[in-house]
Amino acid sequence: MNGAAKPYGMIAEFTTAASVMHAAEKVRDAGFRKWDVFTPFPVHGMDHAMGLKNSKVGWFSFLGGVTGYTTGMLMIWFMNALDYPIVVGGKPMFSPYSAFPPSYELTILFGAFGSLFGMLFLNRLPRLHHPLLKNKRFALVTHDRFFVVIECDDPNYSETETRKLLEEAGSRHIEIIEE
Amino acid sequence: MSAPAIPANIPQPPAELQRVPLVANQRGFAWISDRVSSLCEDKAPFWWWVLFVPSFLCLCMLGFMLSYQISTGVGVWGNMHPVMWGWDIINFVWWIGIGHAGTLISAILFLLRQRWRTAVNRAAEAMTIFAVMCAGIYPALHVGRVWYDWWLFPIPNSNSIWPQFRSPLMWDVFAVSTYFTVSVLFWYMGLIPDLAVLRDRAKSKLRQFMYGLGALGWTGSNRHWSNYEKAYLILAGLSTPLVLSVHSIVSLDFAVSQLPGWHTTIFPPYFVAGAIFSGFGMVLTLLIPLRSMFKLQDIITMRHIDVMCKVTLATGSIVGYAYGMEFFIAWYSGSPFERFAFINRALGPYWWGYWTMISCNVIFPQLFWIKWFRQNLVAVFIMSILVNIGMWFERFVIIVISLHRDFLPASWGYFSPSKVDICTYIGTFGLFFTCFLLFIRFLPMIAISEVKGVTPQADPHHPMGGAKVEERIPDEEE
Repeated sequence: MNGAAKPYGMIAEFTTAASVMHAAEKVRDAGFRKWDVFTPFPVHGMDHAMGLKNSKVGWFSFLGGVTGYTTGMLMIWFMNALDYPIVVGGKPMFSPYSAFPPSYELTILFGAFGSLFGMLFLNRLPRLHHPLLKNKRFALVTHDRFFVVIECDDPNYSETETRKLLEEAGSRHIEIIEE
Repeated sequence: MSAPAIPANIPQPPAELQRVPLVANQRGFAWISDRVSSLCEDKAPFWWWVLFVPSFLCLCMLGFMLSYQISTGVGVWGNMHPVMWGWDIINFVWWIGIGHAGTLISAILFLLRQRWRTAVNRAAEAMTIFAVMCAGIYPALHVGRVWYDWWLFPIPNSNSIWPQFRSPLMWDVFAVSTYFTVSVLFWYMGLIPDLAVLRDRAKSKLRQFMYGLGALGWTGSNRHWSNYEKAYLILAGLSTPLVLSVHSIVSLDFAVSQLPGWHTTIFPPYFVAGAIFSGFGMVLTLLIPLRSMFKLQDIITMRHIDVMCKVTLATGSIVGYAYGMEFFIAWYSGSPFERFAFINRALGPYWWGYWTMISCNVIFPQLFWIKWFRQNLVAVFIMSILVNIGMWFERFVIIVISLHRDFLPASWGYFSPSKVDICTYIGTFGLFFTCFLLFIRFLPMIAISEVKGVTPQADPHHPMGGAKVEERIPDEEE
């Protein structure tokens, strides 16, 4: 709301998957840290082109799954063997076999929650406001365009040099986005 | 740049071995967004209202029937000694079986790298969710006193009694509720990037706000895609054992009992195959008209229909094998009750149910061996309806025929549904189609970003994806 809007970053538009991937390789090799590529669909090989490490979502799913299985087993043991023991067919009060199906389902249930919410947490979503989403041109990212965005906070950022790099990478449209 | 030298004459495979593209007519990204989004942006077509109004009326009838049943008691249904599980459980198993194709398409085919799934997975997942909703009504209502349904869940109550976890019916509660929840999560996660598409195209403030809320601020960042794809893969990996377990557990409701005709070990795989079979039947029933009415022939191509017919053929044949094996084991077991139960299926008072099942599930789908049948939309549509009918009769055969004549001839009986049974069943169609029609009206029924991802333009190493072709040595004659 204050008059002097702070610049957020430089956005460069590309029209093909190959061109944005080559641009990403160049930006990666130039040593930028705070930058990103925006695409309408996941581009195969882009993680490598950006130098990203393997996603950590798996840990959240794993934790969810372990929690689910333990919850199931402990819950059934507590309910049917400890808190209110019921003899069914003269069988032991607790058996891991009959407790398995519900625990298995809970493993999957909690694992699925772990994956979705882990993904959202790692992506810092939901986010109701983002400087890029105010830009009319950027709205094409969900349509058919590809963008490389380099944030002004990056130590390597310089208005002239970065622009030159992106132009050399083949972008026809470069602009600066405000916070 | 030194491009790797590619031999001048790359031998091209013969025409009949070349892959048919998944999106026909070389449609681009923009076309895919425009085409699919327009389905929820344009005015509702006339046929939509023609289908929606009767569906909604059926839904109202469902509400009336359920209120009548709750206020009067389960006696309004045809369930009567000895057939204490009638249309309620038949329809429960039938609907939940239909719900299996969605997760099969979205999870198992994803793990198997069947990229054609992208064109049909969104609609199939929606179908799954609505089918499970229809299914869930029956077990919740057939207990009679629905206000005690919460006793099914491990919630402390004033009697300090907990659910008894040795019962497969209890496993079923966990399996079905997990299945519903995970299907919704999977479906919603797939929707996030597509809701962002609709948000970015929205003209009105309301649409922008509503789709924006659902899109959670998705920007298409590759750092996000990286986590997203991993989460999608894991969800697919988790849903695969889930979809196999749900119908296995449903089958254990029967198989754990002592009743001849139910007490068989083949039930879990047999039920799962049947569920996938019926689910693909319903997917074809829904998508064949939709692809013509919505002009989606370039996305849901004849190749897609062809592959789905083949899955139907394969699962139908597995089901046919299971029917044969059941008979063999009944004879081989040496148990006179088992033998009687199966002979009674084929030749007893309900012979017409058994032979409807055999013809619709085993005999007619064999026509899919012939290419002409897989390519003829009218034939495929009729076949898909027959599959749905056949699978309904399969549950009828298993439940009603097994129950109506058990050990003691003195307790034999004959089951007929009541009017309330029939109206409730029609009502569930109302619920299903109302939800499905609202879905195709307000949400993208094709996974936009996934379909974009399987086009050649999306592949940075493909000439259409912008890979430099001029660097290659041109393919010239020797």
